[in-house]
Amino acid sequence: MSDDPELRVSKIRNGTVIDHISGGQALNVLAIIGIDGTSGEEVSVAMNIPSDRLGKKDIVKVEGRELSQNEVDVLSLIAPAATINIVREFDVAEKHRVERPGRVEGVLECPNRNCITTESEPVDSAFEVLDDGVRCEYCDTIIREDIAAHILVS
Amino acid sequence: MRQDHIISAKQLSRRDIEAVLDRAAEIAADPSAYADRHEGSLLGLLFFEPSTRTKMSFSAAMKRLGGDIVDMGTVESSSVKKGESLADTVRVVEGYADALVLRHPSEGAAQMASEFVDAPLINAGDGAGQHPTQTLLDLYTIRENAGFDDLSIGIMGDLKYGRTVHSLAHALTVFDARQHFVSPESLQLPRSVRYDLHESGAEVREHTDLDDVLSELDVLYVTRIQKERFPDESEYHEVAGEYQIDAATIREHNEDLTVMHPLPRVDEIDHDVDELDGAQYFQQAHNGVPVRMALLDMVLEESR
Repeated sequence: MSDDPELRVSKIRNGTVIDHISGGQALNVLAIIGIDGTSGEEVSVAMNIPSDRLGKKDIVKVEGRELSQNEVDVLSLIAPAATINIVREFDVAEKHRVERPGRVEGVLECPNRNCITTESEPVDSAFEVLDDGVRCEYCDTIIREDIAAHILVS
Repeated sequence: MRQDHIISAKQLSRRDIEAVLDRAAEIAADPSAYADRHEGSLLGLLFFEPSTRTKMSFSAAMKRLGGDIVDMGTVESSSVKKGESLADTVRVVEGYADALVLRHPSEGAAQMASEFVDAPLINAGDGAGQHPTQTLLDLYTIRENAGFDDLSIGIMGDLKYGRTVHSLAHALTVFDARQHFVSPESLQLPRSVRYDLHESGAEVREHTDLDDVLSELDVLYVTRIQKERFPDESEYHEVAGEYQIDAATIREHNEDLTVMHPLPRVDEIDHDVDELDGAQYFQQAHNGVPVRMALLDMVLEESR
């Protein structure tokens, strides 16, 4: 299977493989899981690989890291077709499709500068997930384009 | 009505709205029957923005129910000036009052504040968000003058930032109403309100020229276009001038028109309209007292 795109990056021993990410979104996926390369994780990224299903897809492999539910929730917004494989001792131990959650909390920043969640109040942002975007549960602002640009950087 | 907090017109069903309006009508017919109803109860007023009508009518409503108010005063004179968060402020004031009324310049402030208190909290305006008690008195005025059956209403002016518009538009979706939105393109309804109107299946039309619909309206709800929404003053004058109405226009196109306005007006309704039978904006402002009495009565009853 020399045309298997997954062979372009090395196998990992323990960690997570996120496959079928919409082409060009891999760096946003890394941002969601808080990886910028400075903390030493082994990370492999493949971008814009031909895919039957998506046209072009990205793949991210992270050694020694499993995703939290919150991370999976936001991932689902920017990469709805993604599959998440949890790898243990080189074998796929679990395989998950992402599911669009009903809401996401504390992971996106409201773009409305006049929204109470952007002020210094003890409250996390919360967004209802719509068919074609997300909506702030406090000020009602709807984000449709470029949701990844609103990810809260922790 | 089972409502712990009154945050948005979106949370109100037709039944909820009619229950408040019916109670308000009872109160208006015989205010003395309600005069001692909430003796000993206190309403906490937290107004982080200036207000005349809303604040005074809430005070009048509470006092006419036999209760009293405790007022935070202006932001300048309060602990907010020292940097206290809204979440802390409402938690403190909750201990002083049986119910809270909040006006705040940020959208979503009432929703957030309500998550920190058990006492019922009423949104009296959150930025460009919602103003549900204004909507209830608007609906009361509409019902008294035009009724809700087959209602055709024009809503004109600043539809983008006008919270009274957003609340009213949401509430009208539960009635049999055709809503005509008349505004300059730069001040059309925000995306979130359009989304809700679309989802509700409401009958909605948008216009940039009032003449297109004036003759078919039962009610025209006028709002003020604010100078600060425009980059320069000449543009403001040019645009605002097109969204004004006078008595001659009404007489010519629609004699039976009910004219409403949340006030304050500047020059969007000419003073010569005041003389027409359909000019209801002062009565609309007066209706704020029985409607807020009804709402407070129900909210305080519920929280006992």
